[in-house]
Amino acid sequence: MAGTGTAHLRDASEALLRVEDLVVEFRSGRKQKVHAVTEVNLDVLPGETLGLVGESGCGKSTTGKAIMQLPPPTSGRVVFDGTDLTQLSGNDLRQVRTQVQMIFQDPISSLNPRRKVEEIIAEGLDIWKVGTKEERAAKVDEMLLTVGMDPEVAKGRRPFQFSGGQCQRISIARAVITEPKLIVCDEPVSALDVSVQAQILNLLEDMKAQYGLTMIFIAHDLAVVKNISDRVAVMYLGRLCEVGDPDVLYAQPAHPYTAALLSAIPVPDPTVRPDTRQTLGGEIPSPLAPPSGCRFRTRCPRADQVCKDQVPEMTEVAPHQYVACHHPIAPGESVASVELAGARA
Amino acid sequence: MTATTPKARGIEEVPLIVEQIDPELERRKRLPIGAWLAGGWMVLIMGAALLAPVLPLNDPNAEVASIPKLAPGQEGLIFGADGNGRDMFARLIFGARVSLTIAFTAVILALIIGGLLGLLAGYYRNWIGNVLASLFDIMLAIPALVLALALVAVLKGNPAENEGGLSGQVILIIAICIVSIPALARITRANTMAWSKREFVTAAKAQGATSGRILFREILPNVLPAMAYITLLGIAIAIVAEGGLALLGAGVDPPTATWGNMIDAGRQDMDEAPFIMFIPIGAMFITVMALNYLGDVVRTHFDVRESAL
Amino acid sequence: MTDPSPPPEPTAPSAAEAAPAPPVSPGEVLLEVTDLRTTFSSPRGPVRAVRGVSLTLRRGRTLGVVGESGSGKSVLSRSIMGLVPSNATRTGSVRFAGTEILNADAKVMRSYWGDQMAMVFQDPMTALNPVLRVEQQITESLHEHIDLTKKQARDTAMQLLESVGIPEPARRLRMYPHELSGGMRQRIMIAIALACGPRLLFADEPTTALDVTVQAQILDLLQTMQQDRQMAMILVTHDLGVVAGRAHDIAVMYAGRIVEQAPAASLFAHMRHPYTEALLRSIPKLEMSKHTRLDAIGGRPPDLVNIPEGCAFAPRCPHAQDRCLTEDPQLVPDPADPDHLYACHFPVHGVLAAATPVTVGAASGADAGASS
Repeated sequence: MAGTGTAHLRDASEALLRVEDLVVEFRSGRKQKVHAVTEVNLDVLPGETLGLVGESGCGKSTTGKAIMQLPPPTSGRVVFDGTDLTQLSGNDLRQVRTQVQMIFQDPISSLNPRRKVEEIIAEGLDIWKVGTKEERAAKVDEMLLTVGMDPEVAKGRRPFQFSGGQCQRISIARAVITEPKLIVCDEPVSALDVSVQAQILNLLEDMKAQYGLTMIFIAHDLAVVKNISDRVAVMYLGRLCEVGDPDVLYAQPAHPYTAALLSAIPVPDPTVRPDTRQTLGGEIPSPLAPPSGCRFRTRCPRADQVCKDQVPEMTEVAPHQYVACHHPIAPGESVASVELAGARA
Repeated sequence: MTATTPKARGIEEVPLIVEQIDPELERRKRLPIGAWLAGGWMVLIMGAALLAPVLPLNDPNAEVASIPKLAPGQEGLIFGADGNGRDMFARLIFGARVSLTIAFTAVILALIIGGLLGLLAGYYRNWIGNVLASLFDIMLAIPALVLALALVAVLKGNPAENEGGLSGQVILIIAICIVSIPALARITRANTMAWSKREFVTAAKAQGATSGRILFREILPNVLPAMAYITLLGIAIAIVAEGGLALLGAGVDPPTATWGNMIDAGRQDMDEAPFIMFIPIGAMFITVMALNYLGDVVRTHFDVRESAL
Repeated sequence: MTDPSPPPEPTAPSAAEAAPAPPVSPGEVLLEVTDLRTTFSSPRGPVRAVRGVSLTLRRGRTLGVVGESGSGKSVLSRSIMGLVPSNATRTGSVRFAGTEILNADAKVMRSYWGDQMAMVFQDPMTALNPVLRVEQQITESLHEHIDLTKKQARDTAMQLLESVGIPEPARRLRMYPHELSGGMRQRIMIAIALACGPRLLFADEPTTALDVTVQAQILDLLQTMQQDRQMAMILVTHDLGVVAGRAHDIAVMYAGRIVEQAPAASLFAHMRHPYTEALLRSIPKLEMSKHTRLDAIGGRPPDLVNIPEGCAFAPRCPHAQDRCLTEDPQLVPDPADPDHLYACHFPVHGVLAAATPVTVGAASGADAGASS
């Protein structure tokens, strides 16, 4: 991917969140710059779940945090509900942030070990002095029940007394209690066992339905992302590769990177021999000096001179499928790495 | 264990997670016996020091013994008398009053100032933090004893014109406090930096918490155990420092009884009556040991477990 | 001492010691574990992390051990290897190449570690020493077991790095762990584990900390190494997908016991234990359409201090009956397939195809639970 362009964006008036030309760079040492996120355009419609996938270091978490302005991006616009968050500061920003909440990857790190569960969950209400003390306590009980925990047992305890999955439930309760419009889930199930992962994914779907949430779901597991998302955006080394409906995108990936990611997923079926699948070689290059043109070209079997010279633009290759690639995989085309994904779909 | 909650509308089959929370985990970890011993000693010595004026003790500055250097146990003086015939026991208790006041006040003041600066330096990773951190480093680079001596000298000024100046105790408190600030600030800063990176801080920011709220409600409670540990250690060091400064002639002016002054005075009679020096040294030793031990207890006891298993 | 790349074993089954139940396959029996129990003392009472595990592993075979956190799967491999803390007691028998090594003294065990058996850990960042260069960490084990000059050790280290697919091995040898990516570090860990040519390799969640693409690379690498060197391998993971195509046999652990054990193909084709089935069903699969409701297993594994009476899985099991709450099922062979063992009173007849759950739209979830 490594692409740019806005073909995949929908009408700005419909979107709850619209991210335009988002750039995040960090200084590293004296002269070097980490190009964490480069010219990313995204939008999320109300009630939609956008899945953001890629390997570690692709900038997906940085994008999520930049939307929250934690820290604010280097440049670009983050328009939420008609307000450009990058233009806000101080109290205005604090106020808006309650509308956008986050759920983190590490269930242990994201809860303050010194505070009781009831204090952790009530934090958002306490800060803004919502209602009376009694009303807040009642709301905490209600939230705990909603996320499947017994308030009488849970609220007086501290996070270390809970398992990873239970901590994640507490995090979800904390994020939802202020009734935000958008929740950014940053790898919320990556640290959990598969059995617990399913519980949390189901819970997120339930919460979304009950509270009318819009979600950005960041993960590196494509199967998880497909399960929960209405739209998926694949990122590589700070840029977007491919955006589309998961059913379409997974059935017929157009970007060679998406195809490679799909083929790397372990399949719980011993009749699928892993060695028949082509795994992606090499590793993600350093974001200090990303390759010119298409950033995926150094690992791409289809790369040529054009990929080196020009950054590919996002184009629509099929209805609801947008790809930033000079040589996208055509529908029906047989590529070693896509065979399996295609066959199973 | 699995029940459907009536209140949770629209959520199908939410398993109520009630099992698995072991009541044993709730029970506070038991304190080791050493902690009780060390704590008991500190209560005893601090209580005695605090109540010294109302306790039935001899005047610490009066000659009460029939002869100087009276051996312990004679004439009803359990620790004997010093070179001037003064009651060693009374001097030890009144000395504790001065020595402990100096040490505790100096270090707790340093904790408030250094802790606050350390929190700020650890939380604000911009120029404010950098300037403060460099300041701590510079102060730490100066040998503490030299710095303390210099401070005492400056604060005392010229003895001839020292009318209405600061008392010896206040001077020592200020000197030891200033010397202790950078160490306390450094430790606080390092801990604050580590905790600031945690995601619950980001979560608090996302909920619109102000910096002050994050510092004092999210970070400070986690940094407190480390601060308490270093404070207890600092008090122990300050007690020793008072003794050291007394030996160098920069302590509280005699005849005021302090542990340092008692050791200093006992030096001259070390050959004939070593007990005069070793009794205050012993008191100092046990107190320092007790404080160090309590520091360790605080650290392990309040070191929260972050996850079961 | 050990031949770094032992030749493939002839397929003559050495019927010297007839293993009671597990699958028969070519290759000599390398590891034989009988009724292994590991208990940790804790302030809350004994933690029974492994409760009577028996297994047999032949040369050139991979055993996948699958379970949730707290199932005792990691403790099992550490117990076999003798890498347990001092508050652990182990009973039973662990025979490695015919020699009893359970409770052997530390000196004897040190001669096994690295040389005969080695382990690849989950988190390469904490398993590698941050202040030592890669070269020192690889050659350390070589010097321990094999008499080599510095030059020879260095050359061996280079070859190892090359064999685990690390480009520019000479440059990497001079690096520190923090200068390498997660995938590279795990390759280094594998190189260290393989340095002395062990006959048994434990891989404890070797890819849990890695991305999917890198995970595939590392699993491929482990499989290649295992085949080339005819090692026996124990691959511990919580993800059935990881072991599906890469282990010959699979043992599913729950609450310190093996609840189902079978050759991979037979396990997936005819799973008998409800827990195995539930584990498989909880994995989101690519072929499911979006917003497919997942079959989560409710609750969590039992506390290993207070393991419930009867079948440990019964409180979470949809098929549990009264008998399950009182009578502890034993691990017995399937009458139809003696290689397939399970411990369940009311086994399921799960097949892979049945593992596709009902599709429930996200919106319909809203009214599904309005029970009261």
